[in-house]
Amino acid sequence: MSASVAPSPSVGHPIGLLAELTHRCPLACPYCSNPLALEGREGELDTSAWKRVFTEAAKLGILQVHLSGGEPAARRDLVELVAHCASVGLYTNLITSGIGVTEKLINQLADAGLDHVQLSIQDSEPGSADKIAGYKGAFAKKQAVAGWIKAADFPLTVNAVMHRANIARSAAMVELAVALGASRVEIAHTQYYGWALPNRAALMPTRAETEAAVADVEGLRKRYAGDIVIDLVIPDYHANYPKACMGGWAKQFINVTPSGKVLPCHASETIPGLEFWNVKDHGLDDIWHGSPAFSIYRGTDWMAEPCRSCERREIDFGGCRCQAFALTGDASATDPACYKSPYHARMTEIADADSSGQPVDYIYRRLPANAL
Amino acid sequence: MTEMDAETLTFVPKFPRGVRLKHDEARQEWVLLAPERLIKCDPIAAAVLQLCDGKRSLSDIITALAEQYKADPGVIGRDVLALLNGLKEKKMVQL
Ligand code: SF4
Ligand code: SF4
Repeated sequence: MSASVAPSPSVGHPIGLLAELTHRCPLACPYCSNPLALEGREGELDTSAWKRVFTEAAKLGILQVHLSGGEPAARRDLVELVAHCASVGLYTNLITSGIGVTEKLINQLADAGLDHVQLSIQDSEPGSADKIAGYKGAFAKKQAVAGWIKAADFPLTVNAVMHRANIARSAAMVELAVALGASRVEIAHTQYYGWALPNRAALMPTRAETEAAVADVEGLRKRYAGDIVIDLVIPDYHANYPKACMGGWAKQFINVTPSGKVLPCHASETIPGLEFWNVKDHGLDDIWHGSPAFSIYRGTDWMAEPCRSCERREIDFGGCRCQAFALTGDASATDPACYKSPYHARMTEIADADSSGQPVDYIYRRLPANAL
Repeated sequence: MTEMDAETLTFVPKFPRGVRLKHDEARQEWVLLAPERLIKCDPIAAAVLQLCDGKRSLSDIITALAEQYKADPGVIGRDVLALLNGLKEKKMVQL
């Protein structure tokens, strides 16, 4: 543990912790947001280290913990970790692919005090869903898992990442989620970082497909009002303003990787030169207040024009730093999703070029064989 | 359910699995936690929701609040129902 850092008064309390318990996952989704350099099992934090992180998170003011991965069910201590989170008063959300999840595990998690489950589904058409996931039988397995989740009386969110192969079935995804008894569905258009970036040409839908998909889903809102909450994540490559990425850099969220590295956002390792601290060396409080990777883009002082004098700077915080870096080479630039960015036109050109190209094969997300 | 009839008064409001009322020590306020949602409670809402323990009926809750705030049960009843109906629509309370 390092010496304590004096808290800066302008830094509030974080709300959410994304705990990437492991990068191991049976699926191989080409849009996976994990980094290309996946961390293997041997480097993963052990049970007691995670428990300490959760205890410190609760003290720091974190309210919700998202247990994610990889596939969190690949951790044998998942039930124990959930029980620990519940004991320190944290609200727990399991983000799972469903693969490797058994009915027994679902019931054990319910007893341990898990609050909510988010299940990813790749497509409403089984053959296509299995192809996207790179795993035969994934779709059928997920249907069964959804049934167990509902039987245990959990609120269920279905998460669907949309791209060229499934975008025509955006409305069908909402209907599938309703049929599975979900109370919330996330229709998330692919964000191009992690594995999605090298797969961009295989994933990018055309502007016309995107607009039709957004309209289809918006059209369902009225019909299903009261039955299901539809959260639509609008695609950046076809937007005028950027998203308030993570609700502002180092403002609300903390991401801990399987090996204990603490990131302001799960994609932030794509920005070269950032100094991340590890929970093995520092307490979470010290990291939140003192880690250089958190301080560098916190608030609005780091901004250049056009963000610096823009009336939206406290609304979207200049958008995503990782996307700014990926498309301009400068992580402190305005997110090119913004129409005020000099790179905005280039973003549209990329989207048009990628989406009109010949179909390309996926680069599936895989751990190096020796790290499984 | 919008009217405060005799049947309504017997309803026992409770939080479904996945919704939790919690006192947030760091920020010194009550929050209602739900899947990907977080509602900060004003003092009145906090007082009402703390009584939603899955045992007390609406009638019990209204009586308790009327005593606590020395207020007209009719007025309190309307406020309580408006609050709980709003949360029910968001699936954050079962009535
Ligand atoms: S996106 Fe797919 S490959 Fe990545 S962790 Fe989730 S299920 Fe696994
Ligand atoms: S200029 Fe910056 S702050 Fe203004 S809308 Fe664009 S990204 Fe947001």
